[in-house]
Amino acid sequence: MPRYEPWNADRAGEIIARHRHEEGAALPILHELQAVFGCVPEAAIPLMAEALNLSRAELHGTVTFYHDFRKEPPGRRVLKLCRAESCQATGSDALAARAEAKLGVEMGGTNTDRSVTLEAVYCLGLCHSSPAAMLDKQVYGMLDDAKLDRLIDEAQR
Amino acid sequence: MSIRIYISRDSGALCVGAQEVATQFFKLAEQRGLDVEIVRTGSRGMYWLEPLVEVACPEGRVGYGPVKPSDVEDLLKAGMLDGKAHRLSLGLVEEIPFFKNQTRLTFKNCGIIDPRSLEDYKAHGGYKGLAKAIEIGPEATVEEVVNSGLRGRGGAGFPTGIKWRTVAATPPQQKYIVCNADEGDSGTFADRMIMEGDPFVLIEGMTIAGIVVGANYGYIYIRSEYPDAVEAMEIAIREARAGGMLGKKIAGSKYDYDMEVRVGAGAYVCGEETSLLESLEGKRGEVRAKPPLPAHIGLFGKPTVINNVLSLASVPIIMAEGGAHYRDYGMGRSRGTMPIQLAGNIKHGGLYETAFGITLGALVDEIGGGTRSGRPVRAVQVGGPLGAYFPRELFETPFDYEAFTAADGLIGHGGVVVFDDSVDMAKQARFAMEFCAIESCGKCTPCRIGSTRGVELMDKIVAGEDRDANLVVLEDLCHTMKLGSLCALGGFTPYPVMSALTHFPEDFGAEKKRLAAAE
Repeated sequence: MPRYEPWNADRAGEIIARHRHEEGAALPILHELQAVFGCVPEAAIPLMAEALNLSRAELHGTVTFYHDFRKEPPGRRVLKLCRAESCQATGSDALAARAEAKLGVEMGGTNTDRSVTLEAVYCLGLCHSSPAAMLDKQVYGMLDDAKLDRLIDEAQR
Repeated sequence: MSIRIYISRDSGALCVGAQEVATQFFKLAEQRGLDVEIVRTGSRGMYWLEPLVEVACPEGRVGYGPVKPSDVEDLLKAGMLDGKAHRLSLGLVEEIPFFKNQTRLTFKNCGIIDPRSLEDYKAHGGYKGLAKAIEIGPEATVEEVVNSGLRGRGGAGFPTGIKWRTVAATPPQQKYIVCNADEGDSGTFADRMIMEGDPFVLIEGMTIAGIVVGANYGYIYIRSEYPDAVEAMEIAIREARAGGMLGKKIAGSKYDYDMEVRVGAGAYVCGEETSLLESLEGKRGEVRAKPPLPAHIGLFGKPTVINNVLSLASVPIIMAEGGAHYRDYGMGRSRGTMPIQLAGNIKHGGLYETAFGITLGALVDEIGGGTRSGRPVRAVQVGGPLGAYFPRELFETPFDYEAFTAADGLIGHGGVVVFDDSVDMAKQARFAMEFCAIESCGKCTPCRIGSTRGVELMDKIVAGEDRDANLVVLEDLCHTMKLGSLCALGGFTPYPVMSALTHFPEDFGAEKKRLAAAE
């Protein structure tokens, strides 16, 4: 069963209408669009631009500025591995290579059965227990090869 | 009376299995009909002991940890509910040296109270600071904060009280309080701990700021990598509103103040205050030139107080105990306490709040217990990705804004990341440039172009291509970035690069002497 809803202009319009009168509404709208559709669909941009009285170009600039916003929905689950300094100090580069090999993808990629999207993240604020990872919104620390393997297995299940 | 057990719901505890441990306690307590109440707290900050389970005993809270779900049965059998001994016993939690030797002011309640209970917060002295601020009024309150010597804990170290005074002096109009909770520096987690462990203290601090400067609305901008903190803050804001501590006529006073959470979208540069304001306005997070200061023209063009989580969370205790009390701690112009975060390859990773002045060596070797890998410490990066790498020779440097500046470093947000002798410092220097290139907002040339050229130079240096000439170019580039960038991202990236090169030239294939002469 897909986690995300297929594109639906009415649904998008409803989200935009709910937030449009908030101060600085763009990010709350983009976050909610992505939560529903798994990404910020191209077709949502003109709808948003009109509602917020912005040009499409301006809005395109905003969406593409932020690492979080996707063009395509991710795999069923998203596994983020921290690659920042604290995790580097505890072997995260080797863990990242291991995850890439196990899933057969590079960072940012989705595996063939689309069960997992693997992403790099720069700090989860769990640096006291590096290396750290996040599977969807669940956090994991003190990773080693065995723990990472279990995490990948769980993600693929 | 039921026995109280405390288990953290801080994500630092959850990431090592605290939820599973709590679930097991619930299950066994129910099965056996034990009269037990499980309170979910924040973390004490002793993360190598998480999942830490504490039991309320007549002599104080007795701790056990790190606990695995499979240990729970055995713990109950050993009589942990009466504080009896077990191989995981830690004794009285507040007597553990790591905890006992701290000076907890900002983190006074973290790990102790239930972060979802307004009542519990008030029972532990919460909202005394606000009551005081309401009682003495805005002018006296701002002077109290100025007198405390509190400086911005986000990294820049600008006096918080002066910032407030500037906003307070602007004519009455719509003004805003913005809390910078975009804690993106690797090695830092203090903001996250406050938001997850004691969110009301932050709400109280922002409310006091609102009263002082005449702002009736605030935003907390939290990074999207912190979903647990977002949830904790949203719950606390709802509770505070329901309890009359946010909204119209807060705490029965004449003041109105309300606030909401906004979530970032994965841009590191949005931790820079003007970039954060742009992002809150719904735009690209591009840095603004200063002046005008946000205090004059801030969010949506209005006067705005923008402070880090720790700065705002320190205000309630300053108000409750008085500015002088806070000022009594510290050294030189660095007053009060600093929540220092021990991270990376370290045995005792966690949060250590202490008065300014402690040496880097004491933090790493004594309190942190050295590396987790057991190998010698080679380098320590202080202050996040834009902070300098310190070699052992500089371990006598005291934790103090000015002392770190004098050592060509910065304390930033107080993160300390330890590396053992397997680290390749040329690789770390390259990463600093690469990170800057990826995260640059693109507004100014030294940062946008300089960082990319920096990565290319590092590749050439590591490959041994015209090494001496390229090292000179790298130094020159760092100089340009440092002086020519619009904000700290491009301006401070030279710190990790140059410190790595200065203190660990052998990793770059260079000699120490040549660089010393070039200084």
